[in-house]
Amino acid sequence: MQYWSPGSIEEAVGLLSETGATTRALAGGTDLLAQIRIGGQAPERVIDLKRIPELGRIDVDAQGFRIGAAVCSAEIGEHEELRAAWPGVVEAAELIGSTQIQGRASLGGNLCNASPAADSVPALIAAGATCTLAGPDGRREVRVEDVVLGPGQTSLALGEIVVDFRLPRPQYRTGDAYLRLIPRSEMDIAVVGAGVCLSLDRDGHCTACRVALGAVAPRPILVAGAGEALVGHAVEGDALAALSAAASAATDPIDDMRGTRDYRIRVAGVMARRAAVIAAERAASRV
Amino acid sequence: MKRHVVATIDGEHAEFLCDDGQTLLDVLRDVLHRTGTKEGCGTGDCGACSVIVDGRLVCSCLMLAAEVEGREVETAISISNGDTLHPLQRRFLEDAALQCGVCTPGFLVAAKALLDRNLDPSESEVRFWLAGNLCRCTGYDKIVRSVLETAAELRGGTG
Repeated sequence: MQYWSPGSIEEAVGLLSETGATTRALAGGTDLLAQIRIGGQAPERVIDLKRIPELGRIDVDAQGFRIGAAVCSAEIGEHEELRAAWPGVVEAAELIGSTQIQGRASLGGNLCNASPAADSVPALIAAGATCTLAGPDGRREVRVEDVVLGPGQTSLALGEIVVDFRLPRPQYRTGDAYLRLIPRSEMDIAVVGAGVCLSLDRDGHCTACRVALGAVAPRPILVAGAGEALVGHAVEGDALAALSAAASAATDPIDDMRGTRDYRIRVAGVMARRAAVIAAERAASRV
Repeated sequence: MKRHVVATIDGEHAEFLCDDGQTLLDVLRDVLHRTGTKEGCGTGDCGACSVIVDGRLVCSCLMLAAEVEGREVETAISISNGDTLHPLQRRFLEDAALQCGVCTPGFLVAAKALLDRNLDPSESEVRFWLAGNLCRCTGYDKIVRSVLETAAELRGGTG
């Protein structure tokens, strides 16, 4: 295996665009290096993206936040302004693995590893995050929900990398939340993950709502119907039940040792409802 | 061809030759013979190989040695001051917070990283912070107690 650590996006894209050798991009490495160890087979080349300054910073301006794709979860959790603005995204990033894993794991890696159960992805989708991709044909902006196609598969073209994630400054009375169910209190993979971002009007009626689910389909999914079920209503009673039912109905989960298909279908609705209640509390506390 | 890497390890200038595929853990143990860092699972689940790189707690099995070029690495070796044990090490001994000892360097590195940030953690904060360190002997309780007692001692209480 050859290790490369390009200092610029152009150089990284050039290296990743070359064909003829198996090549993988390396961000935090918490999935890639474990896969190499478990699989016993290393790619011929690993391209470390962490020496590229643009991928390693969080920037804030009047428009909002730019989170470098290789910034580690621990640094995301320490960013007070980001934590205050997008607590759901930050709590999802902080649920990834242990303290040690959070010292390395990145949003870019979590997305491109393309696990259906990735924690940060439903939270980013719910928040309406976009990401900047850079490739041989230049840059493009895509919605996070359009990146993962299935287990281990993304829509990135050959040579493309994720540069950053963009989040606006939250609008009037908007809040987000992410909840994950695992069989124990730490160090496991989601049975269900639910991200919700919603906005309230002055009277507490929902004006917009996005619900995204992880670990209940071949990829993280945006459930438009679940969000729509809440719009125009207070976050309670029948409207929440409709959100919950729509979330469950949108799932197509697997059976595994962490939970059966039926259990996941039911719990997806429960987690979506609970995340919506937390998001609404956060939205209501904002002016 | 071997790669030449320059880094700071346990406060000392270090240079080593490695293969691109070797992890930091491989190099610490097999090249630099700093065997204070242990290998447990090799896949980031157990925390036995915990080290601090540029101030961040990480698993050295999940990091390539080539990645530490120019960076600062602290291992369990640098926790004591020569023969003088760090209060965490002393408490671990006094409280019998170890049995076989394979996980202990990782626990010490992780616990020290916590206390460097927060000298007054709750029991719950200690347990969550150390969730990535596995111990198959102690049942964790003595480890958690040792960390809490050390924190109290370092705060200037009686512990």
